Amino acid sequence: MIVSLRAVSRVYPARAGQPEVHALGPIDLELAQGEFFAVVGPSGCGKSTLLDVMAGLASPSCGEVHFEGKQVKGVVPPGIGVVFQEDASFPWLTVHDNIAFGLRQTGAAEGEVAAQVAYAVEFMGLKDFARAYPAQLSGGMRQRVCIARTLVLKPRLILLDEPFGALDQQTRLLMGDELLRLWRETGATILLITHALDEATMLADRVGVMSARPGRFLDIIPTGWPRERDSTIVASESFGRLTGRIWTLLRGESIRALGRA
Amino acid sequence: MNASVARIVLVVGAVAALELLCRTGVIPNFTMIPPSAMAQSLWKILASGKFTPDIVTTLTNVGIAIAAAMIVGVAIGTLLQSSPTTRRVLDPLFATYYAVPMYAFYPLLIVIFGLGDLPQVAIGFLLAVMAVILNTLNGLDRVPPVLLKAARVHRLGPLKTALQVRLPCAAPYVFTGFKLAVAYSFIGVIGAEFITSSRGIGYEISFAYNNFDNGVMYAMILFILLLVITVNMSLHAWEKRLLARRRRI
Repeated sequence: MIVSLRAVSRVYPARAGQPEVHALGPIDLELAQGEFFAVVGPSGCGKSTLLDVMAGLASPSCGEVHFEGKQVKGVVPPGIGVVFQEDASFPWLTVHDNIAFGLRQTGAAEGEVAAQVAYAVEFMGLKDFARAYPAQLSGGMRQRVCIARTLVLKPRLILLDEPFGALDQQTRLLMGDELLRLWRETGATILLITHALDEATMLADRVGVMSARPGRFLDIIPTGWPRERDSTIVASESFGRLTGRIWTLLRGESIRALGRA
Repeated sequence: MNASVARIVLVVGAVAALELLCRTGVIPNFTMIPPSAMAQSLWKILASGKFTPDIVTTLTNVGIAIAAAMIVGVAIGTLLQSSPTTRRVLDPLFATYYAVPMYAFYPLLIVIFGLGDLPQVAIGFLLAVMAVILNTLNGLDRVPPVLLKAARVHRLGPLKTALQVRLPCAAPYVFTGFKLAVAYSFIGVIGAEFITSSRGIGYEISFAYNNFDNGVMYAMILFILLLVITVNMSLHAWEKRLLARRRRI
């Protein structure tokens, strides 16, 4: 097990005029080395909190998170990469320097940095844009820059928080293909948070379906896809069946979440 | 006709009108000399090297005031932004800062710093530093939280986060502070030279004024005008280049 969560919950303490909010858990979860795990759930169910806790960006109020056998607490351990929903590219750096940012922090030699960045730029289809600034790129391209910036650090666990949320449907499907290719080639373990059921079904080995707040796993559904797969599986019969099953689980929770909002 | 052509026409027209008014005697020569005479006088003064030490003194003092305001302003702005409590205490004081006539402190500054260049530098600095602090704060407040999260994912400490993420992100706002600091430093230093200094451009203008020496006075006024315009236009061009790469297209 590369990651394990034991009875993890997160409670936001009461603040001026605001009651205490139980955002997450308790959650138990184990991710196998090299698996692709997707999390879906109604809005506000604590999906992003789950990711923050797993990454070490937030501490669990109760329970423990372990990454490669070591407890995660308050600091993001080396070996974990995170891609956010919002554009996290640095607007003052070129695409090349953005991708090199993390590598340079590790003190890698400039020759090594250049080689790694060249590979990532090629892999993510950013070759013609290495000297461009993020402002000159589309939203999808900027998200690729962020993925490339994570990729060059060779993370063993990649956490993605609705990375394609701001993109149109077609771009999302294609980015999904690229993510699958990246997953196969790097052998990394991936946890993808998404609100798109089809995205979860198409990409993941297992889909964790979360309840309305406080978010817990209602069920974890194995998809049974072969490792070699791409977005064309959306046409298959079992794709529809799986997506339907997830929606059946989620429907009541989404109505609950909607009523509260 | 585009804006820059219109601007040139406006400036050239105004100078020509002034020239005409002075030449025809509508504006008497003891009030103002024609712009062409100002330029000639300035050329002679610069060629003679008579005021070179004054110009060097003023530019040095302005330079020191600007540099100090930039460094201290960015440092204070960054520290304050990371300490909301201190900031809440100081914010109302900051808001009234520019209501204080800084020159009123000139006697005090002389008592503290003596009669040399330091009181002038101090006034330039005091006027300039707050513009840098306020603009730095404004810029840092606008750093998107996701970039700070990205910094944490890369395990950057507070200092590295400030230097490599917060400040670069806030750079356009900090730059606005720098531009104001340049303007305020000129105002502060040259204004202070009028009061009790015994050298510098401001002092020479004041001296010429007291001696009815319009040739020197207007030449030096023209010199300051050209200097400040040149400095500001270069800064503006530099800023445009820096911002171009960050603007969405």
